[in-house]
Amino acid sequence: MAHHLSRLSTDLGARISERFDAVVIEIPAENLLRAAYELREIGFDRLGMVTAVDLGEDFEMVYRVTSRSLSSNAFVKCRIGRVDPTVSSLCEVWPAANWQEREVWDLFGIDFAGHPDMRRILLPEEWPGWPLRKDYDDPNVIRRPDYI
Amino acid sequence: MALVDRIGAALGRTPGGLILTSVDALVDWSRGQSLWAFPMGTACCAMELIAASFSKFDFDRLGTFPRPDPRHTDVMILAGTITEKMKPAVRRLYDQMPDPKWVVAMGNCTVSGGIFYYDTYSVVRGADTFLPVDVYIAGCPPRPESLQDAIVQLRELVKEESIAPGRRSERQVALPRPPAEGGDPE
Amino acid sequence: MSLEVESRTPVLGEDGLPIEELVVNVGPSHPSTHGVGRFIVHLDGDVIVRCDPVIGYLHRGIEKMAENRTYLQIVPLTDRLDYVGSMYANWAYCRTVERLAGIRVPERAEYLRVIVCELQRIASHMMGIGAAAADTGAFSMFLYTFDVRERIIELFESLCGSRLTYNYVRPGGVSFDAPEGWFEGVSAFTENVDAQLAELDSLFFGNVITRGRLKGVAVLSAEDAVAWGASGPVARGSGVNWDLRKHDPYSIYPRMEFDVVVGDNGDAYDRDRCRLFECYESAKIIDQCIAQMPGGSFKAEGLPRLIAPPAGDAYDHIESARGSLGVYLVSDGSPRPYRMKVRSPAFCNLALTSRLAVGHTLPDLVVVLGSLDPVFGEIDR
Repeated sequence: MAHHLSRLSTDLGARISERFDAVVIEIPAENLLRAAYELREIGFDRLGMVTAVDLGEDFEMVYRVTSRSLSSNAFVKCRIGRVDPTVSSLCEVWPAANWQEREVWDLFGIDFAGHPDMRRILLPEEWPGWPLRKDYDDPNVIRRPDYI
Repeated sequence: MALVDRIGAALGRTPGGLILTSVDALVDWSRGQSLWAFPMGTACCAMELIAASFSKFDFDRLGTFPRPDPRHTDVMILAGTITEKMKPAVRRLYDQMPDPKWVVAMGNCTVSGGIFYYDTYSVVRGADTFLPVDVYIAGCPPRPESLQDAIVQLRELVKEESIAPGRRSERQVALPRPPAEGGDPE
Repeated sequence: MSLEVESRTPVLGEDGLPIEELVVNVGPSHPSTHGVGRFIVHLDGDVIVRCDPVIGYLHRGIEKMAENRTYLQIVPLTDRLDYVGSMYANWAYCRTVERLAGIRVPERAEYLRVIVCELQRIASHMMGIGAAAADTGAFSMFLYTFDVRERIIELFESLCGSRLTYNYVRPGGVSFDAPEGWFEGVSAFTENVDAQLAELDSLFFGNVITRGRLKGVAVLSAEDAVAWGASGPVARGSGVNWDLRKHDPYSIYPRMEFDVVVGDNGDAYDRDRCRLFECYESAKIIDQCIAQMPGGSFKAEGLPRLIAPPAGDAYDHIESARGSLGVYLVSDGSPRPYRMKVRSPAFCNLALTSRLAVGHTLPDLVVVLGSLDPVFGEIDR
C-alpha cells in the first residue's frame, strides 16, 4: 500500500499514517482534487462517507474511500479555514459525493466549488444558520440538563 | 352540507329546541363504529400503526380502515415525529379532512416531542401546538393494542357530537378547547 | 421550498397544440413513499423526464443531539435511525464505541449480536419486500410478509421487552441474556421460515403481473452502482459482489458459512429478489450460531459507568439490510462524543432515484422506490 501512495506524499504534500485498519492521508486543501483523481486511479473506486468536523479554529473534512481490488480503506482528511470555508467538490471523481456534499453544506455551511447543485437537502431552504457548527445559536433549542 | 347536517340545522332552529338524543345516539354510534383513519405515519410509530392494521392485531374488526386520502377519513392518526419542515404539510392535510374530524396523537414524539425534546433544533414539541388533539397515546412506540384502545376511547368522544350545530355537551363546556380552524402552520 | 418551473416559449406538437411538461408532486404524505419522501416529477406525457427527490421531512438533528449525550445515552437514539432494523443500527454504533474505547466484547455477546442482527435482517427484508409489493398493488403479499415479521418481533419481545426500538446491543455486550427456551424458539422459527419464504417467492415473484411490472425497470449498471456509492441489495442486484460480512469481515462472521446473493440484470426484480434470498442465508447463519453458542458472560468485564474514550476518531461499519451502515465518532476524551456521523446506506441509495426514474412512467417511480427500500429515519437522521 505504501508504494501505491508514495506519489501522493511526494507530489502533493500528503502525510500518510495508519489508524486501526485504514490508511489515513492528510492532505492540504488545495491538492484535494488532484489527490482524489490519483486515488481513483490507484484503485479506490468507491467513496463511502463525506463529513466535516468543527474543530474550533477550523474545519476538518473527512472522506472515506474503499478499494475493492486492493481490499483496503483510506481516510482522506484536510483542514480548511473557518472564515468562508470552501473546498473543491469531488463530484466528477466519485458521483457518490453529490448528496453527501449537499448535506455538509446544509449542516456546516462549507461551500463546494464545482458542485452542480449546491442547495440544502435536509433542512428547509429558508433555514437560517448552520446547525452542526459549534457556535450555532438557536433560541428554539432546549438544552438537556447535565445530570450524569 | 350533508342531509344529516341540514336536518340537524333545521331541528336546531325550532323554537325551544327539540331533543335529539336518540337521533344523535344513532348517528354517533354508527360514526364510532366505522371511523376511517388517515395514517399520517412519519417515523417508527408508523411501523406499529401498520402492525395494528394487519392480521395479528386486526383494526378492521373495529371498523377502522386506513385510507391514504384525507378527504375520505374521520380520524387522523399522527404516528411519528413531526419536524418543522413537515408541519405545514400535516396542517394542510388536517384542513383537508371533512368535519367532524378527530386527531389521535400516537407516540411520545407527537405528545410532547418525546426522546427528541432536548437539544434538537427541528422537532415540533408536541402535535397540540398546531392541531387540536383528541386522544394522546403514550409509548415509544406504543403497542398496537394501545392504538386500538385509543380508537375505542375515541368512540366516547364521538358520542358527544351532535348533529345540531352549536349543541355542546357537559364535558365540552367544562373543558373548553381552542377552535379547530385558524391554526398557525407557518 | 419552491421549485421554479422554467417558462419557455411553447413548443407546438403535431396538431398545433402547445406541449409542456407536467410537474407532479408526489408526497411527502403518500402511501407509496415508504415514509416521508417527496419527489417532484416532471412528466412529458406519461414519461418522467426529471425526478427531484426532496428529503429532510424527518430530520430530527440526531447528530447534534448526540453531542450532548453520553455514549450509553446515544444507543436509544440510534434505535430511531433505521427504525425497521434497530438491532443492527445499535450494533454499528456500539462497534465504533468499542473500537474507540478499546473495549473487548465477550464471545457469547458476539454470538447473540449476530443472531439478533440476522433475525432483524429477515424482519427488515420482509418489511421492504412487503412494502414494495403493496405499492404495486399486491396487498396480500404485505400481509404474508408481516406474518413472518410478527414472529420475529415476538421473539425479540421475549428477549428484551420491546417490539420495535430495542436498545438491546450496548457498548461492551448486550443488555440481557437470552431467557430460558429462547434458542428453541429461534430454532423453531428457522425450521419453518424456509417453507414460508418459498411460498412468498412463488406468491409474488412468480406472478406474471409482478414480472411485467418489475422486470426491466430501473436498470442499474454495476459501474454506476459503485460510482454512486450504492451498497447492499441495491448494488448486489446489479452484479457487484461486495458484502461486508464476507469481504471485510467483522465479529464472528469468518466462522460462518453462507453465500452472497448477487443478481444479474440490475433491475427492480433482481433487487427485490436478492432481498428474499438473503433471508435464506440469514436463516443458515442463525442455525450455525445457535449450534456454536458458547457460555460465558454477555457483557464486558469492568466496564466503567461512564465510558470516556481517549481523544481520537474511529469509524466502524456493518452490513445492514440496506447496505453498509457506518458510524464515525470523534472523541475529545470526555464522556460525550465531540462529533457523531452516521453513514447511512439508504441516503446514498436514494441519490440514485433521479437517475433510475428517468425514462419510465409514474407508476414505475413507485416500483423504483420499492426496490431501493428507503427508510427515512436513516436518510434524514
